[in-house]
Amino acid sequence: MTNRDLPPLIDYGLIPLLNLLAALAVSGVVFAIIGVPPWTALASMAEGAFGSGDGIGYTLYYATNFIFAGLAVALPARAGLFNIGGEGQAMLGGLAVALVCLGLPGWPWWAALPLVVAAALAGGAAWALVPALLQVRRGSHIVITTILFNFLASKLLTWMLVDVIKAPGDPSPETAGFAPSLALPGIEGSPLNLSLLLALVAAFLAWLLINRSVWGYELRAAGQSPEAARYAAIPAGTLAVLAVCLGGACAGLIGVNEAMGVEHRLVLSFTSGAGFVGIAVALMGRNHAFGVVLAALLFGALYQGGSELSFDYPQVTRDIVIVMDGLVILFCGALEQLWRRPVTALWRRR
Amino acid sequence: MSLLDILSVLASTLRLAMPLILAALAGLFSERAGVVALGLEGLMLAGAFAAATVAALTGSPWLALAAAMLVSIGFALFHGYAVIHQRGDQVISGMALNVLIGGLAPLLGLSWFGQGGRTPALPASARFMSVVLPGGDVLGPVLISGHNLLVYATAALLPVLVWLLYGTGFGLRLRAVGENPHAVDAAGLSVARLRYQGLAICGALTGMAGTYLAIAQGAGFTRDMVAGRGYLALAALIFGKWRPLPACGACLLFAFTDALQVRLQGVALPVIGVVPVQFVEALPYLLTLFLLAGFVGTARAPKALGQPFVKSR
Repeated sequence: MTNRDLPPLIDYGLIPLLNLLAALAVSGVVFAIIGVPPWTALASMAEGAFGSGDGIGYTLYYATNFIFAGLAVALPARAGLFNIGGEGQAMLGGLAVALVCLGLPGWPWWAALPLVVAAALAGGAAWALVPALLQVRRGSHIVITTILFNFLASKLLTWMLVDVIKAPGDPSPETAGFAPSLALPGIEGSPLNLSLLLALVAAFLAWLLINRSVWGYELRAAGQSPEAARYAAIPAGTLAVLAVCLGGACAGLIGVNEAMGVEHRLVLSFTSGAGFVGIAVALMGRNHAFGVVLAALLFGALYQGGSELSFDYPQVTRDIVIVMDGLVILFCGALEQLWRRPVTALWRRR
Repeated sequence: MSLLDILSVLASTLRLAMPLILAALAGLFSERAGVVALGLEGLMLAGAFAAATVAALTGSPWLALAAAMLVSIGFALFHGYAVIHQRGDQVISGMALNVLIGGLAPLLGLSWFGQGGRTPALPASARFMSVVLPGGDVLGPVLISGHNLLVYATAALLPVLVWLLYGTGFGLRLRAVGENPHAVDAAGLSVARLRYQGLAICGALTGMAGTYLAIAQGAGFTRDMVAGRGYLALAALIFGKWRPLPACGACLLFAFTDALQVRLQGVALPVIGVVPVQFVEALPYLLTLFLLAGFVGTARAPKALGQPFVKSR
């Protein structure tokens, strides 16, 4: 998709910025329709996201989830596959985290962390494995199968939390609290915790793997041109399955942030749509690990800003972030060419 | 199970199948024209919200149906603008519609009606209620008579749509544009125009499907009320190998599992006992997966599906 007619600064800087501004402009129209003055909304969201220490803490906490969710889409995308099962993969990761944490009472967090991370990675990867295999072996469309796996994960999680690992005597579907010694260290006054570091490490490892390893080179080659990859004897199918599973593993880590970092138990709706925000994050970050981190920060700010805004305007709910999510997918993904053509024309005429 | 039980399961199969069939036919007209129909879920949700809103405001189910069709056509044509004129990725554009409408509908619903994103519960006069056919008792009291008007409309529409796709020049051109747009272009026809027409039909049918969910089967809009039916319809279309009647057959099969699922909840089965409700609810999704994985065989999608058309010189 790179355009050699344009210098990188315009290609990777200006055009994504224009796409984002277009998405924000349409969001402004939506704000106006529901009776919130757009400029007030923007200022209030920025204040909520960055105006205080606690606000920044919340922004980074949301961004942690979105880094994981963005990587879940971005890694398979490099192999040419569109994984929209991040939501379900995160649920399985959370379930694995809960099972390990409930089984290790009295362990200090630093001793349990490697086990918990391994469980979260395995849970997410396992839920991604079947759709990946079905795509590669049977040609079943991965977009449909991962969506179906999201529904199945939600049923499985509900069943586990209602019938199997629910805390006795607790009316709501959630597990008993984990041992206090298992709580990840965090910042006082906000849910921000050590998982942010985990997310940054994951993004860095993803970058190393995709952009600096032979394996990643083969993966990108297979994603861009399956024919050429086959000619070069690259095992494209196996690589694709691995990429989707790695994506699922990243999504699984959302469970570490939510269950071990914040709630110290597993609650039913802990993923709260983060998996779908991952699509927009990956598209905005152009499926690049560092781009994903930046886009996740932006969406973290939108999420936190949106929650602050709902104190002043009761008609504003989390749905406004879903709307912005959809608009970013639209303008940074589907309408990516909208500004490219006029900008390219302008650049040539220079 | 008595005969009446079986009849009532079959009747509810029919009722549950209608929105799936409408959506699968909508997907058919989009995909045979070469445009991936991943946005069915969002288009249905838009139709459902528009229908419920207009029915709540005017009390007229007919105005609601018209509004739903218009809104869904509008979104479908916008999807067309993104993928035909801007040559955007069709899968991503479809997902964008699903996510965008999934957030927009409850947001507008909360702002306009203040009921947590739902629309107000509708009185019977604002809905499509079941009608008893004259002589319905003779024809079979449960299976044929006693459905709402949209069920009969869908049944009447099916042969018309099959004829439109296979019996008319327009249908031939529409199928050609999904297989070999360059040939259609060389014949002097507009590829873009034909694809927009296919998408407009897709929008109209998803609008009907949404209307069905919101004001015939239900009594108002609720958040996420389409519940994956758009994806199930797409799976039915693939399983039916992009042909209308097999796709409708697959929809009936999904609907039958869904009807059975409602029946099986809380019933003790021999040997295994009572199955947890979540497992029973997962049945339609599991069946869809199973069919997608195993039996599609050598289904061949329309050849130009998903590819933007660039005029050759």
